[in-house]
Amino acid sequence: MSKLDNQYSAKDEVATVFIRRTFFQRALITLKKAPFTAWLGMTIVCVYIFVAVFAPFIAPYGEAQIFKDPYAPWDEIHVFGTDRLGRDILSRLIYGARNTMGIAILTTLLAFIIGGGLGLLAAILRGWVDQFLARFVDILMAIPSLIFALMLLSIFGSTAFNLIIIIAVLDSTRVFRLSRAVGMNVAVMEYVEAARLRGEKISWIMGREILPNILPPLVAEFGLRFCYVFLMIASLSFLGVGIQPPTADWGSMVRETGELIQYAQYDITAAMTPILPAAAIGILTIGVNFVVDWFLYLTSGLKDEHK
Amino acid sequence: MSTNNTDSSILLEMKNVSIEGYSDESWHPIINQVDLSIRRGEVLGLIGESGAGKSTLGLAAMGFVRSGCRFTGGSVLFNGKDLTKMNEREKQKLWGTKFSYVAQSAAAAFNPAHRLINQTIEASVSHGIGKQDQLQREAIKLYREMQLPNPEEIGDRYPHQVSGGQLQRTMTAMAMTSKPDLIIFDEPTTALDVTTQVNVLATIRNIVKEHNTAAIYITHDLAVVAQMADRIQVLRYGDTIEESETNNMLKTPKEDYTKSLWAVRSIKKKEKKTTDSILSIENVDASYGSGPKVLQNVSINVPKGGTVAIVGESGSGKSTTARVITGLLPPQKGRIFFEGKKLEANLDERSKENLRRIQMIYQSPDTSMNPRHTVKDIVGRPLEFYHNMKGNEYSKRVIELLNLIELDESFIDRLPSELSGGQKQRICIARALAAEPELIICDEVTSALDQIVQEGILKLLLRLQSEFNISYIFITHDIATVKAISDEVVVMHNGYVVEQGMKSKIFSPPHPDYTKLLLSSVPEMDPKWLTKILSSQKSKY
Repeated sequence: MSKLDNQYSAKDEVATVFIRRTFFQRALITLKKAPFTAWLGMTIVCVYIFVAVFAPFIAPYGEAQIFKDPYAPWDEIHVFGTDRLGRDILSRLIYGARNTMGIAILTTLLAFIIGGGLGLLAAILRGWVDQFLARFVDILMAIPSLIFALMLLSIFGSTAFNLIIIIAVLDSTRVFRLSRAVGMNVAVMEYVEAARLRGEKISWIMGREILPNILPPLVAEFGLRFCYVFLMIASLSFLGVGIQPPTADWGSMVRETGELIQYAQYDITAAMTPILPAAAIGILTIGVNFVVDWFLYLTSGLKDEHK
Repeated sequence: MSTNNTDSSILLEMKNVSIEGYSDESWHPIINQVDLSIRRGEVLGLIGESGAGKSTLGLAAMGFVRSGCRFTGGSVLFNGKDLTKMNEREKQKLWGTKFSYVAQSAAAAFNPAHRLINQTIEASVSHGIGKQDQLQREAIKLYREMQLPNPEEIGDRYPHQVSGGQLQRTMTAMAMTSKPDLIIFDEPTTALDVTTQVNVLATIRNIVKEHNTAAIYITHDLAVVAQMADRIQVLRYGDTIEESETNNMLKTPKEDYTKSLWAVRSIKKKEKKTTDSILSIENVDASYGSGPKVLQNVSINVPKGGTVAIVGESGSGKSTTARVITGLLPPQKGRIFFEGKKLEANLDERSKENLRRIQMIYQSPDTSMNPRHTVKDIVGRPLEFYHNMKGNEYSKRVIELLNLIELDESFIDRLPSELSGGQKQRICIARALAAEPELIICDEVTSALDQIVQEGILKLLLRLQSEFNISYIFITHDIATVKAISDEVVVMHNGYVVEQGMKSKIFSPPHPDYTKLLLSSVPEMDPKWLTKILSSQKSKY
């Protein structure tokens, strides 16, 4: 043995020190190992985001621009034809990405702020605050959310603002349950106790002590929640209480062009028209799920590194 | 029993065994060409600090490596057959029949959903060693040999219905049911109280001797291994440092490292009598929720600039006392005084200034530091919070504090996961110091650490005390630590204070019964200690 122990020094104790890498370097290494499905998912999501952001530059026509012939067939002028008012389907699909996804992201964010905040509060304070919030959430969750949302939207009117608020509140119940459950595991750790002993305010304990430690499951949940919100908006629009015309969105596009599907025996391309917005919804949902699956795999700690 | 007592042929021989582990994208050596051999009926003690490779080597003796590790050389010959060359199925036939393994934490190793007896014989049943009812009868016989209470019925209980010591003994019985040739004990008593440890050690020793089973006994506690082993092998950083018969090893250790392991219990603080009191709690009763009282009429006085050690086994109310003092658990009855002024019972009512003056250091630095905060955040937060320090002054003070605990600024950006156990605990001490407290409560701060690191931490605490005149409340179950650093001692048992007084008074007879039991249960280096203590305990009954 080369080391002599009479000169004991705390500095020389051995610990695993990881190589310092910037966030970018680490991300690059992780990306290199990503499986095919993750790449597919990321590509899909990126394409959607690109389309949503640059909709006005990509779309050949305006979102609500009306042409003279309704139900025009697929041709060079209107790639996917026009709808019953004579609006270009392709342009509406592109603008639909922007509207549907934009509202879905806003709603999910709001749901996380409400549900996550209250969930952490319940996890830290326990006692009657926890009881009250948890029972209230139970009541909300006992009512089927689509029907409840339909009812509330009929009462308050289907504006985009109401849509966001109502779906966010209804969806925050799920976020509440998750963040309360994972927050509870962290809230009993000694470092949280140490922070309380120091006299830290509850906002510090929530934001700085607990939140960083429960971020991975919350981020994963954000992806999944986004899909649900987005499907819910599409369903509500399909039922006619979601995003209102002339704003383009995929749910209402399915409804508006739905009857074309019965003409499949005469004109197959026309019958495909309602499938397009439905496929747009489906593909994005699958893409997001691929990405979330991979992210969960990375952060769950259940993986076997040596495969 | 089945094996012949006079048979002393070599049972297991490991030659040049090397094992590597995978982390941070490369393979690192864990065991470097270690030789180990064991005869039938022999007990080999494996000793070393954590990270020395004891457990890895113990498992390797069964031809097993944990996931993320691999054999890179050497051979493990068991009855002449090389385990490293066998396939999984062949090894599985040996595991649970010829080999058994007793893990450190019995509580984690038992399935809470099954009765003890079914788990005890599970391996033997699945290997087809015998019939269910015949094995059950044998298990009950083993329970009796293990001196478990009600051996006929204890097997029908679930793991949570028996105590930790009983569970550990059941686990040993489980290892014995298949009448293995070799048992590997991996720190079987580390998680137990000293008073329970004595009984478990005695039963393990008897049963191994009676059945003439070979055993590898892994521990970091020298005094324990001295009782158990015929031969001791000292490991460090995956190398064998020294190996010899127990008596020789204790009398004439050859290597410096081995000597340093022996010398650890050498710090002695001179007892200091102080009349000024910094904190006193008077007639405190406390309980969790509406449960039974955990503290009953507890009064403790802490002298200014002195150290009070609170000792007792787990469940005696030591940690609850700390929670009462910090205000986490307001007492049902009684008062707390800090520097003569009454302190609010509830944490939320205390002023920031009063919170600053009492700091706490926890047993496990892994859970008391936020894994997402860097060393700078952890040490610096009290500076920012209590002293409003910012910018340059803040950074300078953090480095000053790191120097104070014998670390330097290279540690500033590390996360807790990048520190060793001792370094973590030092950072916790720095965090407490940053507040410039007058009283620090140390809750079992050294019990999760290796001997040599413990000594470093204790020395540091003593030095800080003499530099800054800080008072300590030192909660521990380790008598050696108490002797090393305390001025006054409080002995607690079942929520009562048994005895309180100066160290010299508590450690000299006459003792109340409980103190006597506690003191006599601390293992000593003398290999005959266990035999002596057992005969003296027997003669009493």
